[in-house]
Amino acid sequence: MTISGVALLAICTLLGGYLGDLLGVALGVKANVGGVGIAMMFLIAARLWLVRHGALSLGLKTGVEFWGSFYIPIVVAMAAQQNVVAAAKGGPIVVIAGLGAVAVCFAMVALIGRLSGRVETMDEIQAREAIEASVPHFKSGRIG
Amino acid sequence: MTMISHVLAANSLITAFAAVGILMWISGAISNYLTFGRIHGSAIAIMLGLLLAFFGGIATGGEKGVADLPALTGIALMGGAMLRDFAIVATAFEVDVVHARKAGLIGAVALGLGTVVPFILGVFVAAAFGYTDAISLTTIGAGAVTYIVGPVTGAAIGASSPVIALSIATGVFKAVIVMIGTPFVAGMIGLNNPRSAMVFGGLMGTVSGVSGGLAATDRRLVPYGALTATFHTGLGCLVAPSILYFTVRAIMGS
Repeated sequence: MTISGVALLAICTLLGGYLGDLLGVALGVKANVGGVGIAMMFLIAARLWLVRHGALSLGLKTGVEFWGSFYIPIVVAMAAQQNVVAAAKGGPIVVIAGLGAVAVCFAMVALIGRLSGRVETMDEIQAREAIEASVPHFKSGRIG
Repeated sequence: MTMISHVLAANSLITAFAAVGILMWISGAISNYLTFGRIHGSAIAIMLGLLLAFFGGIATGGEKGVADLPALTGIALMGGAMLRDFAIVATAFEVDVVHARKAGLIGAVALGLGTVVPFILGVFVAAAFGYTDAISLTTIGAGAVTYIVGPVTGAAIGASSPVIALSIATGVFKAVIVMIGTPFVAGMIGLNNPRSAMVFGGLMGTVSGVSGGLAATDRRLVPYGALTATFHTGLGCLVAPSILYFTVRAIMGS
């Protein structure tokens, strides 16, 4: 049933929101502390449990995945109702923070790559797999 | 004419579905024909959404973008916190824990850095522009993580709409640069193997930015990058309104 998926999602979202509020009260702030993240962990755990018990029906999946696929349109609607006129006054922040974040992250990708040593490139992997496929006797235990 | 606007206003949420659908359709066409798929349709749609909110704000003098137009009040419900959180939580359903193990320690390190480093940078930039309250600093910092983490964090800790709009715009701008810039720097940063693609996904975050950028670089790397990127938003939504917010609050003292 599709509704079971939607209901599961709703229960996880509500539980996460409630725990986020509780956490906010416990920490003495007027905020929802990580509610969405907590709800996501509930949903991941629920999915794991359902798969293990063979209870992940098609309807249930449809119910959750429909809302997941709705995520970008909802973000578009969210963007369309912000107070952009007021935000435009702070314009350069967007450019500087955006550019800066990307530049730093590109540098970190390069750094982590160098620090952790060389690995096979995609081209080398494909070349090796092509050779292994053509010489079946020497196939290492790998599949696909 | 009044009959049409009556139908639109009476079915406000349905009108919003139609309006956003048309907007996404136009964005898809722009993505295909003007940028040749370089910039993802979703990023264009969000930018068009922000642009419409700008003109809506000027036309109505209100604070809620196009949602202040009587026919488009449904946009406020569709893009409000309730449905937004609901849809974001739903995306976690595609996360496969078995796949997560494949990314391993290096993926986890990249994810952690990919959340904290852009956040710190965003906070510093916001501080340089004169923001001093912990809520605005945290929201703009979270926007530098992704355009989802920004508004989710802002709504959770009670930021103002202009600050949330800034954080969305920052995140979208970041995603667009990742899409366009990745092919140009791919050689320099060693983006030619599955492991660096996973590190890249974890550091950059936004699935649309990562998959768009990797697709333009080397199509075979996309699944590896997307693997770690899918965890990025969840991690950000978890730590930005909590640990990171408290850290900023402790430093700023408000």
